[in-house]
Amino acid sequence: MGFLSYLVSGLSLGSVYAIIALGYTMVYGIAKMLNFAHGDVIMIGAYVAFFALSNFGLPIIPATLLSIVVCTLLGVIIERLAYKPLRDASSLSVLITAIGVSYFLQNGAQIIWSSSTKVFPAIFQSGSVSLGGASISYLTLITIGVCLIVMAALTLFINKTRTGAAMRACSEDKGAAILMGINVNHIISVTFAIGSGLAAIASVLLCAAYPSVYPTLGAMPGIKAFTAAVFGGIGSIPGAFLGGLLLGVIEIFAKAYVSTQLSDAIVFAVLIVVLLIKPTGLLGKKIDEKV
Amino acid sequence: MAKSIFSSLFQNAQKRNRTVSFLIVIIAYAVLESMMRSGNLSSLFTSLLVPMTCYIVAAIGLNLNVGISGELNLGQAGFMSVGAFTGVSISGLLANTVPNDTVRLIIAIISGIVAAAIFGLIIGVPVLKLQGDYLAIVTLAFGQILKSIITNIYFGFDSAGLHFSFVENKTSLLPGGKMLMNGPMGATGTNKISNFTTGVILILLSLIVVYNLMDSKSGRAIMAARDNRIAAESTGIPILSTKMLSFLVSACLGGAAGALYGLNYSTLVPAKFDFNTSILILVYVVLGGLGNMTGTIIATIVLVLLPEFLRSMQDYRMLIYAIVLILIMILTNNEDLKVRMSRFSLKSILMRKKG
Repeated sequence: MGFLSYLVSGLSLGSVYAIIALGYTMVYGIAKMLNFAHGDVIMIGAYVAFFALSNFGLPIIPATLLSIVVCTLLGVIIERLAYKPLRDASSLSVLITAIGVSYFLQNGAQIIWSSSTKVFPAIFQSGSVSLGGASISYLTLITIGVCLIVMAALTLFINKTRTGAAMRACSEDKGAAILMGINVNHIISVTFAIGSGLAAIASVLLCAAYPSVYPTLGAMPGIKAFTAAVFGGIGSIPGAFLGGLLLGVIEIFAKAYVSTQLSDAIVFAVLIVVLLIKPTGLLGKKIDEKV
Repeated sequence: MAKSIFSSLFQNAQKRNRTVSFLIVIIAYAVLESMMRSGNLSSLFTSLLVPMTCYIVAAIGLNLNVGISGELNLGQAGFMSVGAFTGVSISGLLANTVPNDTVRLIIAIISGIVAAAIFGLIIGVPVLKLQGDYLAIVTLAFGQILKSIITNIYFGFDSAGLHFSFVENKTSLLPGGKMLMNGPMGATGTNKISNFTTGVILILLSLIVVYNLMDSKSGRAIMAARDNRIAAESTGIPILSTKMLSFLVSACLGGAAGALYGLNYSTLVPAKFDFNTSILILVYVVLGGLGNMTGTIIATIVLVLLPEFLRSMQDYRMLIYAIVLILIMILTNNEDLKVRMSRFSLKSILMRKKG
């Protein structure tokens, strides 16, 4: 494999990270919390898609839609039951609650579906197009395409709709947003709904590339996507997109040119170097300290 | 008379809290040790004692970092891992030179502390330049990097001397040689020399270190830097070196805990000290109360034992553990519920009788 094919498969993995990172960064931007249970929503999405595909025999589009609906509902319910009572609590308490939710989802999945790995069915026809000497599979193209569509749709939603404007207002200044008559609780629910829906899309793409489904499936992509969100500047939507893509490319390059075993260490080392040069991430806002 | 005793107890809350922390440890030790000697403790429970002391020491260290210094650290397991594998390797190397188990254990723990301190120094410089959630993610990243590195170390010795290789095992030991660290397989065939008494002494020592640090000039500087960084800086407190001190002490306690933990098992894999372990220790700290060492000790004991008491629930025990965790966080942090709950608290019942 040459440089170009590594780059494309890096972009494909990065697209999945970017879609997950969008969920982290939107929730952080609006609710100012690190939602560590986000990775486990991906896992639930993967199970729903798996059963829809292999048990109910649904085609891929309805199966993905079903997964999106379930994850969206799950995200909203989690927010309502676990995070809403802690709206005024310290961010650390919310973080621990999110970890509790993460344990709950993982262990719940283990009880219901057992810890054995399920093999995700092949959903996209295998085949590839050749581009500049490198062959690129349909799955790779679809993944990158879906990521671009999601990104474009989200940018339009945030910038052109009333709800989007309300979301921007909440992220800018929650107090002022309340004074302007924005229902902040409603906006936070919408944010969780969108983030969790995106997690469902990411889960289908992830399982199409790595076809195994198990209860701790979401943990590692969750951490990586969280890293990607910070990499790009947490709270920034273009930042999550850029961070996700870069992280995917760095990971694949590290695997290809340095060492498979050390790829994770390299990804995190790059993150540390970036944060040392730009302490609030690539596209993050610089916070001025006021005395 | 009764009133004055009450008020002195409440006024000197901090001092009382510290005395209580020492008392809890000593009483718990006396009770558990005598139960163990008389054979009244189940083997399952006995096997939990040393890990519990390890987690308490690591959590006390983390509470210094998170509670007193105000830096969210998501990589404490990394320092435990450094301490554990250093301790296990040193103990393995000295197995013939130092036959006395206790002396070897002490040497192993000290070398675990030194190794954790060295890594703490290297990691602390970049980490402490950042703030808030960015600092948290960098500690997470370092925890992952330490895990990856330790997973790839191959280290052993034979009659020809020490052999070391990275990523691929090229050590090829002579017959009679011993692998101390075997990549993802970790350390195997370790002599189990940790014991409950050493663990308890380690807890008491770490309490003494942390309390003395809190009372010292440096400790007050650490808390000032936490409460208002800019104000502290303008009064001439060197922020970086102040924060570095608490970060290092925290790392050292993590290293000591790791060494004790590693020498309690005959096999230890590097994957044991992953992100989940860091989070587990953070949960002990937050549930016990930030900056409250007594709370940390109690929370650790309760949360280590909780899954064991729930063992009869079988598969459901971790699910219940998760629900308990969420409920505790909501009950202790939601203002509406707090007001409702406070009606049933001891203090308000006493107050009502007085009124």
